[in-house]
Amino acid sequence: MLEINGQTIAFFVFSVFILGGALGVVTSHNLIHSALYLILSLFGVAGFFVLLSAPFLAAVQVLVYIGAIAILIIFSVMLTRSMTALRQVRNQQWWLALPVVVLLFALLAVGVILPVWGAEGLIGSEPVSDIVATTADLGVALVDGNQYVLPFEVASVLLTAAMIGAIVVARDDE
Amino acid sequence: MIPLWMFLLVAAALFCIGAYGVLSRRNAIAILMGVELMLNAVNINLVAFWRYLTPLNMSGQAFAAFVFVVAAAEAAIGLAIIIAVYRNRRSVVVEDVNLLKW
Repeated sequence: MLEINGQTIAFFVFSVFILGGALGVVTSHNLIHSALYLILSLFGVAGFFVLLSAPFLAAVQVLVYIGAIAILIIFSVMLTRSMTALRQVRNQQWWLALPVVVLLFALLAVGVILPVWGAEGLIGSEPVSDIVATTADLGVALVDGNQYVLPFEVASVLLTAAMIGAIVVARDDE
Repeated sequence: MIPLWMFLLVAAALFCIGAYGVLSRRNAIAILMGVELMLNAVNINLVAFWRYLTPLNMSGQAFAAFVFVVAAAEAAIGLAIIIAVYRNRRSVVVEDVNLLKW
């Protein structure tokens, strides 16, 4: 069974951050509280990236998600005054959504995750190797002509287009 | 080390909570937050599979990085649209945005 060491404790603490934060996001009445719970959840995901030896992605998670996206969400909550205007948080279909997502989770857990990766001795109980590619390898892979240079350039065009589009859509043209 | 299925289980739970947020909330910003949670669940899966199955091949981390890019673009555009709609209709409730609904 699972031995108790620093890694396992960190895993469970970050799991609590992620899932507790996510539950807070979907149940809070006040959207500012939702956004703060979202930051907690995103921080837990950054911790998972550290546990999975992907330090660059953990740093990007903190910088981009917590530093940019969550702050953007808080700004738009304030700009649209949505925390005071809403009394009713859920729509009429929420009672239908609840069994659907519980069923989806049960299907994923019992049907896919536990049979394929859960059994002892099968793939995934231990990593195939302790040697892990580093951030330098990721940097090379993103600009290597044989690997990901084309998606990388397309991603930068997408970001530029999204930025210009966001400015145009949100601009007050009077 | 922690077995892979525990990471996958947390990611599946996060995805389902995010999906519940998308399906049940009325406020458009809350729906966007649900989408962010779902994208994060996908990222956990990508990085976990990368770490356990192909740790020497950069595909998992590279795809996670592209998911970051798409999430940032989606958040920027989504919030710009929400602010534009709010300016026109004084509402962020998705059910009030029904001009194209027949």
